[in-house]
Amino acid sequence: MSEMKNIKNLKEFSTSADRFEGANLLCPGCAHSIIVREVLNATNDDLILSAATGCLEVCTAVYPYTSWDASWIHIGFENASTAIAGAEAMHKALKRKGRLKQERDPKFVAFGGDGATYDIGFQWLSGCFERGHNMMYVCLDNEVYANTGGQRSSSTPIGASATTSPAGRVSYGEKMNKKDMLAIMAAHGAPYVAQVAPNKWKDMIKKIQTGFAANGPVYINAMSACTTEWKFLPEDTIAISDMATDSLVFPLYEIIDGTKLNITYRPKTVVPVEEYLAAQGRFKHLFKDEYKYLIKEWQERVDAKWDYLQRREEASV
Amino acid sequence: MQKSGWSEFEIGAMLRSFEGATNNIAITHQEDRPYSKSNSFTASVADWRIVKPVFNKEYCIDCQFCWIYCPDISIISRDKKMIGIDMDHCKGCGICVEVCPTNPKSLLMFPEQQDEEAALSEWPAKEKKEN
Repeated sequence: MSEMKNIKNLKEFSTSADRFEGANLLCPGCAHSIIVREVLNATNDDLILSAATGCLEVCTAVYPYTSWDASWIHIGFENASTAIAGAEAMHKALKRKGRLKQERDPKFVAFGGDGATYDIGFQWLSGCFERGHNMMYVCLDNEVYANTGGQRSSSTPIGASATTSPAGRVSYGEKMNKKDMLAIMAAHGAPYVAQVAPNKWKDMIKKIQTGFAANGPVYINAMSACTTEWKFLPEDTIAISDMATDSLVFPLYEIIDGTKLNITYRPKTVVPVEEYLAAQGRFKHLFKDEYKYLIKEWQERVDAKWDYLQRREEASV
Repeated sequence: MQKSGWSEFEIGAMLRSFEGATNNIAITHQEDRPYSKSNSFTASVADWRIVKPVFNKEYCIDCQFCWIYCPDISIISRDKKMIGIDMDHCKGCGICVEVCPTNPKSLLMFPEQQDEEAALSEWPAKEKKEN
């Protein structure tokens, strides 16, 4: 087991040498690269990475360029998880047979968007977690298929306007509720499952390091504010992320061994969900008189979820 | 870089980030890395910008908020100090300015054509807090 990187404060963290490069083609203000930087900088160990098809993959591997300073593989939309699980299984086998050229313990990390995680790669991801590979899967959850022009995914929340669930005269946009991916992954019995947000960097680093130290498959759901599809100005990425965590739309918590739930961030002042919705163009239509009841429902849903999380934390189940 | 025609591409492609063997990339900073031509570090997205951040060292407290929240690895921090902006990779999103906590801000957005000296000379004064 390699030594864990000691990160006490942001000044110390800023001495990290990034292994993710600029001149990738992600939109200005994209939260994806903020998350990727925080994940990669959380360790000094060797990294073996994969990415599912999505914004992150198409923007960081534009032939003839790569933006990754570590081993990185892309195969298909659905199999970022199995690609990295295969690498992990190979590493384990070579190590057992004593055929590794250098004795190293790399970390295996797969990145996927919410489309690749909640929908298309779900079966593959589930298989990896069942087999118990020693890997980390990071879902960059921007609640939409941003790469292909903003189609809804099963992570898209109620009321959001997406190109395949547009808001208009007859519809208020997406009608299905967001899938609770963390509960599903925890139900696999994974040793560590957590929700993170890039604006709470310290919480995120701690969770990523806990994930690296865990023995078995780790699922990280990272909230990734999308300036293009959520429709806000690029400089507001962190402000929107703050609203998301402070309004408890994205509560930050972790589930250990599939059962024990801990809430890791409690906002000092809880922001009304209405403010979070009002800051984004994709919810603009909810503020019409006929759809205002949806905002009330949103608040009730978020409150109920927060209440549920608190009760679970208290009962330690 | 010599670009290949469509029929010359391999079905699978492997790109090397560095020239030759590398060790301890995780503790080697950009200036000491042997980047290869296929590393996007050697490319530039400077032409994406219509506004650019200008750094005023005088007010900086080295809190490193800009470093952690920069999506494009364009804030250069060495030895816990913010030392400048990588203008080849900055896309001008403006996050660094938004998260800068000093008063007045030590990073501000200016039009891309603005002369940096002129920008520094017209830096706003400290704002009084309104209660």
